[in-house]
Amino acid sequence: MHLLFGYSYKNIIARKLTSLFSMLGVALVVFVFAAVLMLSHGLEQTLVDTGSDDNVIVIRRASQTEVQSILPRDIANIVKADPAIAHDTAGAPIFTNEILVLINQPKRNSNEPSNVPVRGVTPMSLKVRPTVNIVEGRMWHEGTSEIIAGAKVAKTFQGCGLGETVRFGMRDWTVVGIFEAEGSGFESELWGDVNQLMDAFGRPVFSSLTMQLKAPGDFEAMKARLEQDPRLTVEVHREKEYYAEQARITTTFINILGTVISIVFSLGAIVGAMITMYTTVAHRTREIGTLRALGFTRSTVLLTFLAESVLMSFTGGVIGIFLASFLRFFEVSTTNWDTFAELAFSFEVSPSIIIGSLIFAVVMGIAGGFLPAVQASRLRIVDALRAKG
Amino acid sequence: MAETLVKLEDVSKSYWRDSIEIPVLHHINLEILTGEFVALMGPSGSGKTTLLNLIAGIDRPSQGRVIFEHEDLSTLSEGDLARWRSRHIGFVFQFYNLMPVLTAFENVELPLLLTKLSRAERHKQVETALAIVGLADRMKHYPNQLSGGQEQRVAIARAIVTDPDLILADEPTGDLDKQSAEEIMDLLAQLNKDFGKTITMVTHDPRAAEHARVIHRLDKGELETA
Ligand SMILES: Nc1ncnc2c1ncn2[C@@H]1O[C@H](COP(=O)(O)OP(=O)(O)OP(=O)(O)O)[C@@H](O)[C@H]1O
Ligand SMILES: [Mg+2]
Repeated sequence: MHLLFGYSYKNIIARKLTSLFSMLGVALVVFVFAAVLMLSHGLEQTLVDTGSDDNVIVIRRASQTEVQSILPRDIANIVKADPAIAHDTAGAPIFTNEILVLINQPKRNSNEPSNVPVRGVTPMSLKVRPTVNIVEGRMWHEGTSEIIAGAKVAKTFQGCGLGETVRFGMRDWTVVGIFEAEGSGFESELWGDVNQLMDAFGRPVFSSLTMQLKAPGDFEAMKARLEQDPRLTVEVHREKEYYAEQARITTTFINILGTVISIVFSLGAIVGAMITMYTTVAHRTREIGTLRALGFTRSTVLLTFLAESVLMSFTGGVIGIFLASFLRFFEVSTTNWDTFAELAFSFEVSPSIIIGSLIFAVVMGIAGGFLPAVQASRLRIVDALRAKG
Repeated sequence: MAETLVKLEDVSKSYWRDSIEIPVLHHINLEILTGEFVALMGPSGSGKTTLLNLIAGIDRPSQGRVIFEHEDLSTLSEGDLARWRSRHIGFVFQFYNLMPVLTAFENVELPLLLTKLSRAERHKQVETALAIVGLADRMKHYPNQLSGGQEQRVAIARAIVTDPDLILADEPTGDLDKQSAEEIMDLLAQLNKDFGKTITMVTHDPRAAEHARVIHRLDKGELETA
């Protein structure tokens, strides 16, 4: 098979504007497609990275999310005594009982209120989650109305920066520290003393219990033990899987919406590519006849025109991905539809997104170029040579 | 005594348009000998191009056989016929039929892409062909940067670059001014005389036909030899 790549390439260049428009059509579609994938990938990364493999989270059975979960102190004490839980050097179980409540706070730039999760934690919470790092200020002192703020909340919401105060639970809370957690969902939360928060909200029960395992392999046994204990009505999850599951609804929604939009857009790009290719086949009928007369076969003609279409759409795809890659510099926030809390994350590129987008571009090129290419290859030589074009 | 290169045996050709048969060629018998320079003349619509296309293996006869060096072309499949054309036939068109996006060099190189020649060998052959037609200094020019006569020279270079057994030219001077036409005719005559190329040329121009050694006339699909 002899492909005439040089010929295809030079024809694309020669068509200038027409080629440019069909490339931009594909570029636009690929931009949208890649942007959606980057969005859901970014969201997944943020939520999946929330939590550790060694950790276990316990919530009330059938309560879906931490916010809806209610765990009284006696249940917490039973769980805390489980033998699978790791202990620190001082002999204390690496275990924390927390509450999670949502408050409404205006954003810095728009003044529009949105949900912010407030987590009541214990000093042990930092040991359970070693990725959490106080980067400015200090940890709150026990028994005070002090809180620390995740880096993303601090940036996005009024009153949440270092030294500022934020009012909820009929108290003013002073932000005494800012923490980072490797970009995970915790960075979108405010953390305060669990006892103070339970007081402030008049809530005598915990939302969740999080603990570190001695060995990750102990998980199944522990899960069976706790979930079958007749005194307990709890669900036991690996922490990482729990947060990933929470991400699923939102990412699934974004993916479906994005795919539908991309497909609708791509129909336009495919029709655009098809018109371009039909026009060029019509203009080059005599050239096609000449190629065939010189001894090039039908299949060479077919592949040459198909390659021309694919080359254009591939270039469009590269342009689209290039433009989409700049989205990395934007941070977006969305409502986490499980907790209805504000969640900040950014567009993330991955090799599979790039490859997927390029494949999508190539498929558009094939879809748009196939029929015109078939038409070109079907021409009878004598008829093609008699054409004006 | 020269050998027979092409032999047409009782060849008839009809085209079909809207299920109406349009007879074009009637029971043509023709022999072209190796080394001959044949002119094919006749009024418009008499079937000259059609006959040339049948010899070139671009079209198939409705009846009869085209035999090329003892090979019956009707036995070849479509793909085999394409490969056969690339090896044995060089075609020169009235309107040159160069690819406008390719340079003179690239146009001449096109038929060589169908051979197993290396890039270096291809380049050498293209340069030789362009030198023969006197356009060694125009290799990088695009067709729209060349005069009609120069374009036709490029087309002739493309036709000879594979060193084919038979050069077919359909009114090669039909679109040229007198001066350029004369130059093209001289070139074809030189290819025939100096390089021993077998040429069959369709022409309206009696002066062009003077260069040929054999003249056939077609009239309403019937052949007579002058
Ligand atoms: N591909 C085709 N389909 C249908 N009819 C054709 C086709 N090619 C030629 N014809 C018809 O066959 C007849 C002969 O055509 P042809 O082109 O062979 O004539 P010609 O002698 O080359 O004429 P000219 O001197 O004008 O080039 C014409 O009536 C033409 O309309
Ligand atoms: Mg003709």
